[in-house]
Amino acid sequence: MRAPDTSEILLEVEGVSLAFGGVKALRDVSFDIRKGEIRAIIGPNGAGKTSMLNVINGFYHPNRGAITFKGRTRARMEPFEASRGGIARTFQNVALFKGMSALDNIMAGRTLKMRRGLLWQMLRYGPALAEEIEHRHRVEEIIDFLEIEAIRTVPVARLPYGLQKRVELGRALAMEPDLLLLDEPMAGMNLEEKEDMSRFIIDVNNHYGTTIALIEHDMAVVMDLSHRVAVLDHGVKIADGTPDEVKKNQAVIDAYLGVAH
Amino acid sequence: MSGVLYSLVALGFVLIFKASGVFNFAQGAMVLLAGLALVRSLDLLVAWGFPLWAAIIFGIGFAAVIMAIAAWLIERFVIGPLVNQDGLTLFMSTIGVTFILEGAAQMIFGSDAYPLRLFPTDAWFLFENLFPGGILVNKLDVWGGFIAGILVAGLAIFFERTKTGRALRAVADDHLAAQSVGIPISWIWFVVWLAAGLVALVAATVWGTKLGVQFSITFLALKALPVLIIGGLTSIPGAIVGGLIVGAGEKIAEVFLGSYIGGGIEYWFAYVLALAVLLVRPQGLFGERIIERI
Amino acid sequence: MLYREAGQFKTTYAEDMAIFPIRQDRMALAILLGIAFIGVPLLADFDIWPFGSDYLLRAILLPFLILALAAIGVNILVGYCGQISLGSGAFMAIGAYSAYKLGTGVDIPLAWLGFAISIPPLPVLLSILLGGLAAAVVGILFGVPSLRIKGLYLAVATLAAQFFFDWVFLRVSWFTNYAPSGSVNAPTLDFFGLNVGTPIERYMLCLIFVTVFAVLAKNLVRGNLGRQWMAIRDMDIAAELIGIRPLYAKLTAFAVSSFIIGVAGALWAFVYLGSWEPLAFSIDRSLQLLFMVIIGGLGSIMGAFVGAAFILILPILLNRIPSELGVPLSTETITHLEFIIFGSLICYLLIKEPHGFARLISLGKEKLRLWPFPY
Repeated sequence: MRAPDTSEILLEVEGVSLAFGGVKALRDVSFDIRKGEIRAIIGPNGAGKTSMLNVINGFYHPNRGAITFKGRTRARMEPFEASRGGIARTFQNVALFKGMSALDNIMAGRTLKMRRGLLWQMLRYGPALAEEIEHRHRVEEIIDFLEIEAIRTVPVARLPYGLQKRVELGRALAMEPDLLLLDEPMAGMNLEEKEDMSRFIIDVNNHYGTTIALIEHDMAVVMDLSHRVAVLDHGVKIADGTPDEVKKNQAVIDAYLGVAH
Repeated sequence: MSGVLYSLVALGFVLIFKASGVFNFAQGAMVLLAGLALVRSLDLLVAWGFPLWAAIIFGIGFAAVIMAIAAWLIERFVIGPLVNQDGLTLFMSTIGVTFILEGAAQMIFGSDAYPLRLFPTDAWFLFENLFPGGILVNKLDVWGGFIAGILVAGLAIFFERTKTGRALRAVADDHLAAQSVGIPISWIWFVVWLAAGLVALVAATVWGTKLGVQFSITFLALKALPVLIIGGLTSIPGAIVGGLIVGAGEKIAEVFLGSYIGGGIEYWFAYVLALAVLLVRPQGLFGERIIERI
Repeated sequence: MLYREAGQFKTTYAEDMAIFPIRQDRMALAILLGIAFIGVPLLADFDIWPFGSDYLLRAILLPFLILALAAIGVNILVGYCGQISLGSGAFMAIGAYSAYKLGTGVDIPLAWLGFAISIPPLPVLLSILLGGLAAAVVGILFGVPSLRIKGLYLAVATLAAQFFFDWVFLRVSWFTNYAPSGSVNAPTLDFFGLNVGTPIERYMLCLIFVTVFAVLAKNLVRGNLGRQWMAIRDMDIAAELIGIRPLYAKLTAFAVSSFIIGVAGALWAFVYLGSWEPLAFSIDRSLQLLFMVIIGGLGSIMGAFVGAAFILILPILLNRIPSELGVPLSTETITHLEFIIFGSLICYLLIKEPHGFARLISLGKEKLRLWPFPY
């Protein structure tokens, strides 16, 4: 993939370390994500990739290190700060609201953008109704984009896995994020579904200009989609660069083949 | 000391929760069922001319059988079908079971208050030379404490040493995994509910002597809840300690606060105490920490 | 064939988001409202069956309306927001007693501060609404711990509220205006000059309250706040990560829910009972409301009505049917049968259809859309 036009840094993590009891999930990891790029984070199982996303999100708090987002540096992120600041996320095991329909799930993603308070909503008249309709418009655009019109009103628990992942992506998109964190968006999909999802990810990046950080195991996808790749193994960053550079890196090959080191 | 009596009821809760993650609102109703079965069969046998000791043995045996039947029915028709639901659904189903048990028990065995005389109910006055008048120690409370001690020891041995006990702990941790290694879930849960039923029977013998076997015994379940919260839902020793704390706390509060605020404090004191503990230490004094993962 | 969406095209989002998008549903609702607002008073005025005597109005429709209102409140907290509450009876009591004090004049002598807080008796409507507000405030207080305490433990906290307030209204005589017997009488019901006394007038009053609150509640749960509540219920961690603030969502759920329950409590005391004791709001009431919500359907406004109807009518049926069939059962046995049936129904519904009768009704409607075709 050609590199994005700007080299402005959107998010940077420096020296982040995270340990759970005796388990060291992350050890002194540093890398940056440039605005407008698609950044892949790869590595064998247990490398600490999801933990890294959780730290960026504010779900885990690192023991050491700093996170700089949009120019502000802090020792840890709070979930509310992250979502307010424009970070959205999907999860490995789909974290949709099972009791609601697809449409409602995506509408829930508009929460931060909705202004009208309790009393207006109760009356559902004038401004409150107008706001609901305006956000419905935006959500319908996303539904259109993700080609899930037919399943709008279906309770998500009844949807097949691939469609659930799409709805989850839609919910993240509804937040109009600056940074989108995708945790294994292609997991469990067949070839056709992967092509669809890849197409969506590229479109989101091109069309909305959203910066994307994604964790993925399918190497072909990673090499095709991403501008730059960071490789983690046992909590340590072992490579960082363009897909071509990383592909040829011996340490990376060793890590994946399981060579003892 | 009367706190120990609450612990007896609380033990039944802990058993079921520890082994299946289900909070059994129906424990109080089980005490009622056990008590009614016991006392009615006892009275009947005595009326038929059985000597007291024989009547007691058969009565207890009969009540145990009734509890076994109840355990089997509950597992088969309620808990089994709901095996994959979340804790809240299971909890609400136990509320349903409570009502069924209360209705059925009274319909079959009668709904009067039946006195039970299995233990001495008078009191000792201890330490009369140290304190004027001595300390009033209720014999029933002492018996209750003694029985609770035996129960705790027995249950601890059961869980740690026996094969079934291990299986129970496995099921509590992850019942899908337990099934995949061949542990028969239905049987295990039947055993759990049976054990809880027998604990309820023991509780019924003590409480029945104290209060008489009647409908209001079911409210014991409500009293046992704060005991559990304070002690920790998964801890057997916690149930005992919690019971002692609640029992002592209530009496102290009654004495000290009662003069200021008015009587009847024991109605809610235990709950407010539990609430305070929850805020500070949500898993109770001895419970396991609850970790949420995503 | 009768019940079909075909041909009903929605051209605006507003139409699509209406409460009853299907025309047949709207007609059914119109008929129901017509019967409720016009039919019932007419029949009652002319003593036409089944309103030949006051019984149906006084003993069935009136409690049905008020308990349905309370059930809506409980459903918001338990069904939509997923916070289990076993203390709704206490909130009804708070509403009732606050309204009572405000309706009979509040006098708090603060001698140590040198003055007294004195509020003259307020008009009944205001007292009822402020009673609801008082319940809402207490609801918020009890909602604060709900951030740290979840699920079952929260149920215990609500039980603490229940028992504590049971005691407060029993022992603190200030609330009963120092009545020696502990029971109190409602103030006269004067609404804008009209006195509400006869059963039909009471019925209309409650009908108006219930309709208004049902609409407001439905609007809330359809909007963003409702989605926030459901998100918290389904997965509160994910909810936080998309920008929902759990504290705000939970506290508003507690507040709105308690307000509605408090108003229902005031109505129950003033309009239905007339004179009452704290026992009217004990844990039995809390469990009854919870059952209504479970049976009727968690997370459904209509479910509250279905559940309330069911719980009220079943005992009556149980009382009447055996004697009609010639099988005499003692009242005790009937009570026990009630227990068994309720318990079994709860278990059955939880197993088969956790969303209660409301879902069964929607499923029925789905089938009806295809009728008479099988699929």
